[in-house]
Amino acid sequence: MRCYQIQIPLARARGLGSARSGASQWWAQRVTAIALVPLTIWFVVSIVPLMAAGHQAFLDWRGSRINVVLLTLFVPMLFYHMALGLQVIAEDYLRRESTKITAKISIQLACLTLTIASIVAILR
Amino acid sequence: MTHSHRPTSPALQIYRPQLTSVLSITHRLTGVALSVGSLMIVAWLVAGAIGPSAYDGVLVFVRSWFGLVLLAGWTFAIFFHLCNGIRHLFWDTGRGFALRTIYASGWAVVAVSTALTIGCWAAAIFLAWGVE
Repeated sequence: MRCYQIQIPLARARGLGSARSGASQWWAQRVTAIALVPLTIWFVVSIVPLMAAGHQAFLDWRGSRINVVLLTLFVPMLFYHMALGLQVIAEDYLRRESTKITAKISIQLACLTLTIASIVAILR
Repeated sequence: MTHSHRPTSPALQIYRPQLTSVLSITHRLTGVALSVGSLMIVAWLVAGAIGPSAYDGVLVFVRSWFGLVLLAGWTFAIFFHLCNGIRHLFWDTGRGFALRTIYASGWAVVAVSTALTIGCWAAAIFLAWGVE
């Protein structure tokens, strides 16, 4: 296809393909964002005293059931939100299709791995 | 790709920076910075699961000057992304698009995220003081 090919906008849009699953990603980004508002505030409030303390303080903090529940909520929300955000950036700034696809696969696999590593660490 | 030679948008060389555009790109940049910071969270959680010596290793890094600079950056990034993210969620309801409102909410994000960063570090320094 050439730049100067004459097409009506609809035909051109059809040629480019519809968004299809795009809306669900947009939606998921909002849902994770809403969940992360309280979870991030909780996380920052939790982590500040821990940075000034040692390993025992960490174990005590992680020993609380409510903290385990909130952490296992926080981590997947964080990495799901992060994967969606980084994917949008890759889609916007990477020009070559092969680079774009490689970046998206790497982002998804990295975020999944980080989620699982964190949850295993939390539940230990 | 259909059009590989078309210019990318926006053409940053001819754009005058405005609060709106600066905050928009800062939202992305803080998102990327926080993505890097998430690696630190995972390292911290994993070290905590491994044991005291691994955990102390993370703390030594965090409390080094390099670690503190990173932490300061992530603190601002987290509060900025949080505040501007709430601004985005408001926009998703179709509200707050008048030019004056956009600028007011933009400056509010700058002020609140700066205040929260300073407040957070004041609390951290106060707590660290109590330990020593």
